[in-house]
Amino acid sequence: MKLYSSLTKKYIMSLAGLFLLTFLLVHLTINLLILVDDGRSLFNTVAHFMGTNVFIQTFQWVLFGGFAIHILFGFILQIANWMARPKRYDKKAISETSFFSKFMIHTGIIILVFLGIHLADFFVKKIGGTVPEIHSGDLAGIEDMGILVLEKFKMGGYVLFYVLSLLFLGFHLDHAFQSSFQSLGLNHDKYTPFIKSLSRILAIVITLGYITIPVCIYFFK
Amino acid sequence: MDLKLKIWRQAAQDAPGKFVMYPIQNISSEASFLEMLDILNEQLVAKGEDPVAFDHDCREGICGMCSLFINGKPHGPDAAITTCQLHMRRFNDGDTIVIEPWRAKPFPVIKDLMVDRTAFDEIIQAGGFVSVNTGGVPDANAIPIKKRNADLAMDAASCIGCGACVAACKNASAMLFVSAKVSQFALLPQGKVEAKERVQKMVAKMDDLGFGNCTNTYACEAECPKEISVTNIARMNREFLCAKVS
Repeated sequence: MKLYSSLTKKYIMSLAGLFLLTFLLVHLTINLLILVDDGRSLFNTVAHFMGTNVFIQTFQWVLFGGFAIHILFGFILQIANWMARPKRYDKKAISETSFFSKFMIHTGIIILVFLGIHLADFFVKKIGGTVPEIHSGDLAGIEDMGILVLEKFKMGGYVLFYVLSLLFLGFHLDHAFQSSFQSLGLNHDKYTPFIKSLSRILAIVITLGYITIPVCIYFFK
Repeated sequence: MDLKLKIWRQAAQDAPGKFVMYPIQNISSEASFLEMLDILNEQLVAKGEDPVAFDHDCREGICGMCSLFINGKPHGPDAAITTCQLHMRRFNDGDTIVIEPWRAKPFPVIKDLMVDRTAFDEIIQAGGFVSVNTGGVPDANAIPIKKRNADLAMDAASCIGCGACVAACKNASAMLFVSAKVSQFALLPQGKVEAKERVQKMVAKMDDLGFGNCTNTYACEAECPKEISVTNIARMNREFLCAKVS
């Protein structure tokens, strides 16, 4: 695709990636609310707000756009990269490199598969109106998204699949965050070491944060 | 020392190639890697066989002509040297050494281990020069330049254009080479005049030639015989972005 230069494609990739990272943080914060109270009322209230608020519902399309662009450009860049070396080495290259950066397409594809299953499990059910409603209390009449989460996370196999997928997301993020700054030309002795540390911290915090939820529900709820 | 050499043989650019095993005996550990190949070639010529073609010129790590992907690394196992500076003491008696040409679509194999690196020249021709009139030789202190910038420009200019960065990169990307050439000019006043056009033209040429994209894996920096830093890549990303939006 000669429409954009290789560098412009990387800028778009980086910006879309950073945007998706903010989504991950918002999503994680809301998810963690399910651990707050046994009645799930806080989580359900926020889920209902997210599902009905006009601003959020409009912005949702921007989010879909962000995903589409990041995934599309990821594949376009990777295909160009494969094409740049039609004949591969006999002895595999063993240069010292940033490890996770070599597997961004692989971890990316795993996350994409997870995203598909995840959307089918929660988002599609929500849109399709097949989520059970709450019958009593202050929240009567709204969907019980919380019960959907609890049902899923009571299944051992699903928890294992979720945890593994999130680990791969962590591997992806460990390289992604700091790499996006380099791609955007932001590299300096003063802040690059900090950004690299922050990248690892974000990857660990986000992964552990998401993993905590199914593990807590499976073992303690 | 006695060695087994697994060498890529290819008669011509469009000929199919294959690996050939060459056992070689009594190599001095003090011999350089290229001298070892010279010895092999003398033996091949004595037997009436076609010698192994490989690039070399100065043999002192300056010219950037030697290449060779040795045991999975451009310029062999040592850091910050070219193949001509590699010595056989780095290997052990009985080792099998795999020797391959640089592998990248814009670097076609001409013969055996020689690749055509004209692609790099084309990138330079696209903008890697200063064409504004800079006048006669000015007094050394007439143009104030920050010491840091002078050092960074000098570091970038130490690139010898050997192509190890492309060879090492999993995407066969030329970003380290192009960014070094962009940086050496962009950091100095004479080069700044044409900086915007230069970076856009050189990147466009790099893309046209079919080099891969940068994944920030940094194998290029690890394998560069002149230790060119990936901060040059960030500088080029910055220069290009500024050129596009201003």
